[in-house]
Amino acid sequence: MVGWAIAVHGGAGVDPNLPTERQEQAKQLLTRCLNLGIEALRSSLPAIDVVELVVRELETDPLFNSGRGSALTENGTVEMEASIMDGPGRRCGAVSGLTTVKNPVSLARLVMDKSPHSYLAFSGAEKFAKQMGVDRVENDYFITQDNVEMLKLAKEADSIVFDYRIPKVCGTGVQSPIHMNGLPISIYAPETVGCVVVDNQGRCAAATSTGGLLNKRMGRIGDSPLIGAGTYACDLCGVSCTGEGEAIIRGTLAREVGAVMEYKGLRLQEAVDFVIKERLDEGKAGLIAVSNTGEVAYGFNCVGMFRGCASENGFMEVGIWD
Amino acid sequence: MGWAIALHGGAGDIPVNLPAERREPREAALRRILQIGVSALNARCSPLDVVELVVCELENSPHFNAGKGSVLTTNGTVEMEACIMDGNSKRCGAVSGVTTVVNPISLARQVMEKTPHIYLAFDGAESFAREQGLKTVDRSHFITPENIERLKQAKEANRVQQDYTQPIKTQDQKEPMDPDGDSKLGTVGCVAVDSLGNLAAATSTGGLVNKMAGRIGDTPIIGAGTYANKLCAVSATGRGEAIIRDTVARDVAAVMEYKGLGLKEAAAYIVHEVTPKGTTGLVAVSATGEIAMPFNTTGMFRASATEDGFMEVAIWESE
Repeated sequence: MVGWAIAVHGGAGVDPNLPTERQEQAKQLLTRCLNLGIEALRSSLPAIDVVELVVRELETDPLFNSGRGSALTENGTVEMEASIMDGPGRRCGAVSGLTTVKNPVSLARLVMDKSPHSYLAFSGAEKFAKQMGVDRVENDYFITQDNVEMLKLAKEADSIVFDYRIPKVCGTGVQSPIHMNGLPISIYAPETVGCVVVDNQGRCAAATSTGGLLNKRMGRIGDSPLIGAGTYACDLCGVSCTGEGEAIIRGTLAREVGAVMEYKGLRLQEAVDFVIKERLDEGKAGLIAVSNTGEVAYGFNCVGMFRGCASENGFMEVGIWD
Repeated sequence: MGWAIALHGGAGDIPVNLPAERREPREAALRRILQIGVSALNARCSPLDVVELVVCELENSPHFNAGKGSVLTTNGTVEMEACIMDGNSKRCGAVSGVTTVVNPISLARQVMEKTPHIYLAFDGAESFAREQGLKTVDRSHFITPENIERLKQAKEANRVQQDYTQPIKTQDQKEPMDPDGDSKLGTVGCVAVDSLGNLAAATSTGGLVNKMAGRIGDTPIIGAGTYANKLCAVSATGRGEAIIRDTVARDVAAVMEYKGLGLKEAAAYIVHEVTPKGTTGLVAVSATGEIAMPFNTTGMFRASATEDGFMEVAIWESE
C-alpha cells in the first residue's frame, strides 16, 4: 500500500501579464479538479479511471486549451487530440484530429480498451467515436469567443512578423519579447491539460488532452497524443507534458522521466529536474509526474505553468509561477 | 572509422519455407537498394540524404509494405506513414494518412525542413504535399494484387474467429493469424552513419493489414519506430502497438547512454528482454560505425554494409 498522489496541469507558457482575475479563475479550476481526483482516490478508484475523470473535467471547462475552449486552427475550427496510458502493462490509447467528440480523453480510453489499436486519427477516429456512441456535438460547441479573438491576434502577429512597415507591437498594445512556439506570449494559448495519478496500489497513470497550437495548420499533430513524448506511464511513474511540441517530441520527454528512473536509478524529483534541464535544449516546456512510491513532482523551464498537486499525507499546492 | 548502413524490409512471421518466387525478388531488391545506399555513402552524401534515398527506393519497390505494395486498410485503401530523424540536431519529420504521395518519406522530410512542425496527417499532409509540389498519383498506384489477396485472407480469418466465439482478444492476440504471415508485420527502414559519426534514421509503412481507417502505428512516432541522436540511429518494425508501448527506438539509445551498453548489447536487450516475442525487429547503427539488427520474430528482411567492404543480405537468423 502506498499513499496516493495526483497532479494536474493546464498548460505551460503563461503570459506574465495575465490579469489577476484570470489567474484566480485558473487556480480555482485546478483546485476543483484536484479535489475531484482526491475524492475519487479516497473511494479507491484506480489511477487510470482517476486521470480520465479529471481530464474530462478540464476538457469540459472552457478555461484551458482542451475540449471546449481549445485554441483554434488557422481555419477557425477546433481539432483536438489526446492520449492516456496505464502504467501496469503500459497499455495506451491516443486520438488526433477530433472535431465532434465532446471528451477526447474518453475516446482515447476507448481506443485503448475497445479497439485492436493504440492510436486512431481524423475521420477514422470520428467513425470509431460514432460506433462507440460517445457524446458528440457540432464543432462550434468547442469554440469560445476568447479563442476567436486570440486567433485574430495570432494572424495579426503573423503578418506583423513579415511586414516590416508595421511597428512590432502585439494586438494587446503591450510589447512582448517572450515567445512560445512562435507566438508572442501574450497571444499564446498554453497548450494542453493533463493529469497524472498514483493510487493506493502504487499503480500510475497519465492522460493529456489539447486543442493544440493556436492558428495551427490543419492536420498538424503535436506531442500530446504521442506516447513517450507528451504522455507516458509505466510501473515506475506517470508523466504528462506541455509546452513546445517540437521540443517535447524530440526530447521524448515523458518517456525520458521513466527512462532515467529505470536506467539511472534517479528518484522522481531528480528525474524531473534532470529531464527539464538536460533534455529540452532551447525548447520551452513543463511536465507533471508521479511515482509508484507516492511521490509527486513537476518542473518547467518557461514562464509559468498552470498546475496543482496533492498527496495523501495532506500536501496540496496550486500555482502558476516559479 | 568508415561509414555503415543497415536497412530492413519488415520483420514478421516469415516462414522458412517461403517459396523462391516470393523470396528471390525481395532479396534482389534488398541487394540492389543496399548498393544504392552504399554508392551514396561512397559519394559522401549525408546520412540524412542516404536514408531518404534508400527508403524512397524501398517505397517504390512493390515487394515491401511501404509506398507501392503497402498493405490495405479494412476499406481496401492505402494509408501510408513515414518518419525521418537527423541524429545531430534531433530534428524530425513525420506524416500519416498519406494516400496519393508517391514517396511519403520525402513528404516527412519536407515537414521537417519546410514547416515549424514535426508531424502532419491525413488531409493536412496531402494538401501540404501539393503545396510543396511533391509527386502525387492516383490512389490505385499503390495497390498490388498480393495485397488485395492478403486483405481477403485477413478478413476471412477474422470471420472464422468470430464464428468460434473466441474470448475478447488480449493485447497479444489482437491481430488474426495471417496464413501468409510474412507481410503481416511490415515496414521499411534505413539507418546510416558516415565516417564523421553523423547519424540518421528513416522508416516508412503501409501499416497493418486490415487496419481500421485512421489507425496510426509506431512508424511516425518519434521514439517508437524511429529515432536518432548523437549515439545511434534506429528504425524498428513489427507490431506497432508493442513498439509504441515499449518506446523501442528511444530505449535502445537510452540504454546505451544511461547504462553504458554498446549498440549490439543495447539493441539485443530491448528486442530480446523487453519486447514480447514475435513482435519486434530493428536495424541500428552507432556513431562509432557498429551495426545491430536483432529481431524476435521468425525473420526480418534486411541488408547491411560497412565501408571496409562487408555486405550482407538476409531474412532469417544468420548461420
